[in-house]
Amino acid sequence: MNALEIHGVWKYYGDFPALRNIALDVTPGSTVALLGRNGAGKTTLLRIIAGLSRPSQGGVRIHGSDVRKDVTRRRIGVLGHGISLYDELSATENLTLYARLYGLDEPGKTANEWLERTGLERVRDGLVREFSRGMRQRLAVARAFLHDPDVLLFDEPFTALDDRAIAVLQGLLADAHQRGRTIVMSTHQLKEALILATHVALIRRGEIAYSGVRTQEMVDDTGWLYRNYEEN
Amino acid sequence: MPASEQRAEHSAQQSTAAFRAEPAAGITLTQFTQLIWTIAAKDLRSELRTKEAINASVAFSIVILVLFSFAFDPSSEQLQEFSGGLLWLVFSFAGALVLNRSFARETQNDCLDGLLASPAPASALFLGKSLANFVLLIVVEFVSLPVFALFYNLHWSGQFWPLVLVMLLGTWALTMIGTVFSALTVNLRLRELMLPTLVYPLMIPALMSAMTLTTDFLSGIPLGPDNMIWVRLLVAFDFIFTAVSIAVIDSVLVG
Amino acid sequence: MRDKILYALAAIAAVLLTRNLYTIFFVLGEEKNQGAIWRIFEFHFPAGILGLMGFIVATVFSVVYLITNDLRYDAIAAAINEVSLMFAAIVLVTGSIWARIIWGVWWAWEARLTSMLICWLIFAGYLMLRRAIDEPTQRARLSAVVCIFGGVDAVIVYKSIEWYRTLHPGPVLTIRGGGGMPPGWQETAYWNLLAMTCLAIILVMVRMRQETVSREIDSLRRLAHSF
Repeated sequence: MNALEIHGVWKYYGDFPALRNIALDVTPGSTVALLGRNGAGKTTLLRIIAGLSRPSQGGVRIHGSDVRKDVTRRRIGVLGHGISLYDELSATENLTLYARLYGLDEPGKTANEWLERTGLERVRDGLVREFSRGMRQRLAVARAFLHDPDVLLFDEPFTALDDRAIAVLQGLLADAHQRGRTIVMSTHQLKEALILATHVALIRRGEIAYSGVRTQEMVDDTGWLYRNYEEN
Repeated sequence: MPASEQRAEHSAQQSTAAFRAEPAAGITLTQFTQLIWTIAAKDLRSELRTKEAINASVAFSIVILVLFSFAFDPSSEQLQEFSGGLLWLVFSFAGALVLNRSFARETQNDCLDGLLASPAPASALFLGKSLANFVLLIVVEFVSLPVFALFYNLHWSGQFWPLVLVMLLGTWALTMIGTVFSALTVNLRLRELMLPTLVYPLMIPALMSAMTLTTDFLSGIPLGPDNMIWVRLLVAFDFIFTAVSIAVIDSVLVG
Repeated sequence: MRDKILYALAAIAAVLLTRNLYTIFFVLGEEKNQGAIWRIFEFHFPAGILGLMGFIVATVFSVVYLITNDLRYDAIAAAINEVSLMFAAIVLVTGSIWARIIWGVWWAWEARLTSMLICWLIFAGYLMLRRAIDEPTQRARLSAVVCIFGGVDAVIVYKSIEWYRTLHPGPVLTIRGGGGMPPGWQETAYWNLLAMTCLAIILVMVRMRQETVSREIDSLRRLAHSF
C-alpha cells in the first residue's frame, strides 16, 4: 500500500484551476522533494495533502484512508510557514496540547521527551512569546514530530531556520527516514533537500511536470531539473 | 540503482512492521468530550493569562451602563420594564468583544492550521471554543448584573434560579452563533465589521425571548404559562442552531 | 434558448402587468374606509410572498451548493437573495407609505413588517459578506453557510414575532381588513403575484448571468497573474 496516494486532484479558485489533475503515488519510506516556482501550487498541494484544504475534485489517501477522515490525520505531521504554537502558552503547555489533540497516551511525558530532544528543556515553562526565532522553530519541529507520524509534510522547512534548528531538523529527518517514515518536503533550498531526497516531483503551473527517482545528476547540477522541465 | 534508492527500499521493508496498526474507525464519545475539554481549557488558559478580552468586556459593559443612565432616567419606576432589554443589550455588545477574539487568536502563527491538521474533528474545535466563550461570557454577565442593580437601584424580588436559567440559555445562543461566525469571518479583511452585522439580526428571536424573560424575573414575575413560551423558544433556538452549526462547521473552517 | 425564455417571460410579464394596472386603477372601485391607498396592497402582498419564498428557496440552493460544490448553485442562490431583498424592500416601503396615509406614522412595529425588516437585515448582511470576499469559491462556501443560518432564522423570526405581538399587542397592519375592500381585489392580487413572479424570474436569470461572467473575469485575471 502506498504511503500517499494523490488521485485526480483539481483545485479551483472560482473557475481558475490552481491545481490540475494531480496524480502521485509515494511509496512508504520515500523522501520526496517537491519543487517548483513560487505560485506553482506547492503550498496548495501540501495543504490538500494535510487535510487543511478540500480539493475541488479527487482525493488524497494516506496509507489507504482518506485524509478528510479525522483519524487519518493522526498519521500526519505538518510543518508549514507558521509555527502553529500559542504565544501566550509555555513550551510544555503547547506540546502537551498537541499531544492531547493527537490522542497520545502520556501527553506530559511525551512533551517532556521532545523538549529534551530539541534542546528546549531549560525553557520548558517559558512562554513562546519570549522565545527567539530559532527556539520557536525548534519547538515547531517538536510539535510536528511528537506523535511519531508516518507521513511528514513540510512546506519550505529550511527557510528562516537558524543553524541549531537546521541541525535538529536534519537529524530528525534522517532519523525518520531511517525508521521508514515517508517525507514530502517542498523547498527552495535545492542542495539540502536533494541530498536527503529519494524522489523528486516538479510542479509547474498547477501540474506535475516531472516525477521520479532522484538521480545523482540532480544533486550535482541543481539547475538540471529546472532547465529541462521549466519554461524560461 | 542509486544508493539512496537501495537504502530507501531496504528501510521500507525493514520497518513496514513498525507502522502502527490502522487507527480505529472513529473516535469514541469519551475521546470527543476530552477533545472538547482540551480545546476549551486551552482557550481559557490563554485568555486568563492575558485577560485582554475579559477586561475589555467588563469595562465596556460598565461604560454602556453609564451611557444608558443618560439615555433614561435611572430612578424612574418605568426602568423595571426596560431592565431585561437593557441587560441583554449590555451582554450582547460586551460579549461581541470576547467572541470576536475567539477565532481571531488562532490566526496568529497559523495556529488554526495546527488545530485543523490534527485528528480533532472540526465539531470538537467548535464546541470547545464555544464552551470557553460561554464561560467567559457568563463571568462578564455575572459581574455586570450587580453593577446594573447598583446603578439602577434595582429592587431584588427573587426569581433567582429562573434568572440563572435564562442567562444560561440566552448566553449559549449568543456564544454559539458568535463562535460560528467568528470562524466564518476569521480570514476576511472586514472581520470586525462583518461579525456584528451578521450575528445581531440572527440573534433577534433569542435576544427577544431572553429580554422578555429577564424583565419578568427581575420584576418578580415567576415562570408560568404566560412566559413559558419564551423559554421554549430559547431552548428550540439553542437546539436548532447548535445542530446547524455542528453540521456546517467543517465547511466553514476547511476551504 | 435562454434568451428566448427571457423574452417570453418579459412579454408575459408586460401583458399581465398592463392588464393588472388597468384593473387596479380603472376597474376596481374604492375601499370603503381607506380610499385609494388600498391599491398598494396589490403590490405589497405579492412582494411579501416573493421575498419570503425567495429567501427560503435560496437557502435550499445554498444547501445544494455545499453538497455539490457546483458554483452554478451559488450563482442561483445569490441572485435569488438579491432579488428577494428588493422585494422585501418593496414590502417595507409600501407598508410604510400605507401606514403614513392611514395612521399618520411612518413606521409601525407590527408583526409582519417587523419580521420582514429583520429578514431584510439578515440578507443584506449576506450581500455585504459576498462583497467582502474576492475569491469565488470561498465566497460561495461562506455565503452559503450564512444563507442557511438566515433561512432557518427567517422561519423562527416570523413565528416568534407573531407570538410576541399576540402577547404584547401592537398595531396590526390589515390593509385588507374591515370588509370594505372592493370585489375582485383578491383575484387581482394573485394576478399581480403571477406578473411579479415572472419579473422575479427574469431578474434572477439576468443576475445569474452577471455572476457567471464576473467569475469568468476573475479566473482570467488569476490566469494572467500566474504567468
